[in-house]
Amino acid sequence: MIDLISVSKSYETRRGPILTLSDISLKIAPGEFVSILGPSGCGKSTLLKCIAGIEPISSGKILMKGVPVKEPPDFMGFVFQRDLLVDWRTVLANVTFGVELAGRGRKRYTQKAIELLRRFGLNDYIHRYPWEMSGGMRQRAAICRALVDDPDLLLMDEPFGALDALTRDDLNLELQRIWSADRKTVLFVTHSIPESVFLSDRVVVMDRNPGRVAAVIDIDLPRPRRLARRDDSRFVHFATSLRTVLEDCGVTRKDEP
Amino acid sequence: MKLSDYSKVQSALQVLLILAAFAAVWQFSVTLFDVPEYLLPSVTDLIREFRSDWTFYLQNALYTLETTALAFVVASIIGVALAIAVVSAKLVDNVIMTLLAAFHNVPKVALAPLFVIWLGTGQLPKVAIGAMIAVFTIVVDTVVGLKSADPEVINFARSKKAMPLTILTKVRLPGALPNLFGALKTATSFALIGAVVGEFVGGEQGLGYIIMTAQGSFDTTRAFVAIVLLGLCGTALYYCVDFLEGIFLPWHVAHRKT
Repeated sequence: MIDLISVSKSYETRRGPILTLSDISLKIAPGEFVSILGPSGCGKSTLLKCIAGIEPISSGKILMKGVPVKEPPDFMGFVFQRDLLVDWRTVLANVTFGVELAGRGRKRYTQKAIELLRRFGLNDYIHRYPWEMSGGMRQRAAICRALVDDPDLLLMDEPFGALDALTRDDLNLELQRIWSADRKTVLFVTHSIPESVFLSDRVVVMDRNPGRVAAVIDIDLPRPRRLARRDDSRFVHFATSLRTVLEDCGVTRKDEP
Repeated sequence: MKLSDYSKVQSALQVLLILAAFAAVWQFSVTLFDVPEYLLPSVTDLIREFRSDWTFYLQNALYTLETTALAFVVASIIGVALAIAVVSAKLVDNVIMTLLAAFHNVPKVALAPLFVIWLGTGQLPKVAIGAMIAVFTIVVDTVVGLKSADPEVINFARSKKAMPLTILTKVRLPGALPNLFGALKTATSFALIGAVVGEFVGGEQGLGYIIMTAQGSFDTTRAFVAIVLLGLCGTALYYCVDFLEGIFLPWHVAHRKT
């Protein structure tokens, strides 16, 4: 589905070029759920934007279904850290905003949008405005917006980072349910270890200065996973090994007294 | 009656009460200090004068109102068009904003006599002066609005391969509406100033013309009636724009019903 071949990205500053992504190679299979885990400033969001075709890379190659990425692919949905719903549109019109911006007209997608909003429990808010909803509901609507044209690929840039812990758990469950039903390829950027273990087939751990892949860990847990299982020894084992990788990178301090 | 209607009636009553109190103080002071009518007429003098020739006053008020409204519409169209041009290209930005700033700092009242030479003494020069004075604030505020579109929303639009024109009409313009309406509210009074200035320097109609001729014959009462009517015209235009804002921006913080 996605093939990254030694991708690097640097940009010019007054004090010379700064390398943000260094020699990143990665293969993502169709239907796979991959998380990118890393500290702030490791370039994980930049990497996602490069894959989305909204940021250029300096060297290397990004192949999407075998074709080099030059512009945003049509079959892609992007969920940003902030919901980016616009105040002047109703929730329904926000969900169809993306396809309208793409020039594909909203009419064809209205039915699908309503279905999605129902599926995400926003039935009562279809004709309301975003500012009448809570943060969690807004982010659900944003996910509906990304899913409305049924993309093959879903890119998510810390989508639950700004939510409280309970809402976050809730949306993690929801996302797993959706993913299990549709089996879209998902690339999920996060800085939460439990979140990445709970959701992913594979976790790519990134280190910073320059942004690079520190480790790739397969999360070999049965699905559907349950939130209560996060105390389970196998779950803890994966969380611990991810933490160890981050410690070795010097990102988090060693957990010693 | 809904609760919101009730509070609307209440605030309207408050406004009326304040105006009545103001008129009472005015009337009382003029009587108490025995001010001669040619210096400051009393409220009852104004009412008497207005009633003696109310069709004449209303006709002229309507003329000024029409001039102002036309100037306002022209300024709005030109202003929004210029603002769009400014955000579309860096070069246009520099050129238009520099020219506009330079031009705006010429007191346009000083240009009014020239407009009579160029465009005569009809309604056209008054519309032109009004539009010229009102356009600056519309351009400046609309540019601010267009430029302050959320860069992340623009990024989202780009991830959807949106055309620049689509981004303008679906992201930038709707987002700039609050600024635009703020500017339009100020622009109504600028357009009115322009219309009156135009009537001062040439013409045979309008409230500005009444004030000029009244001054010539020391008819202070007449001038004051025209001034009060000008105030009413300006207020009416302001609330027209305010009303439109409520219709077009039900989503804006200031108009939310929840």
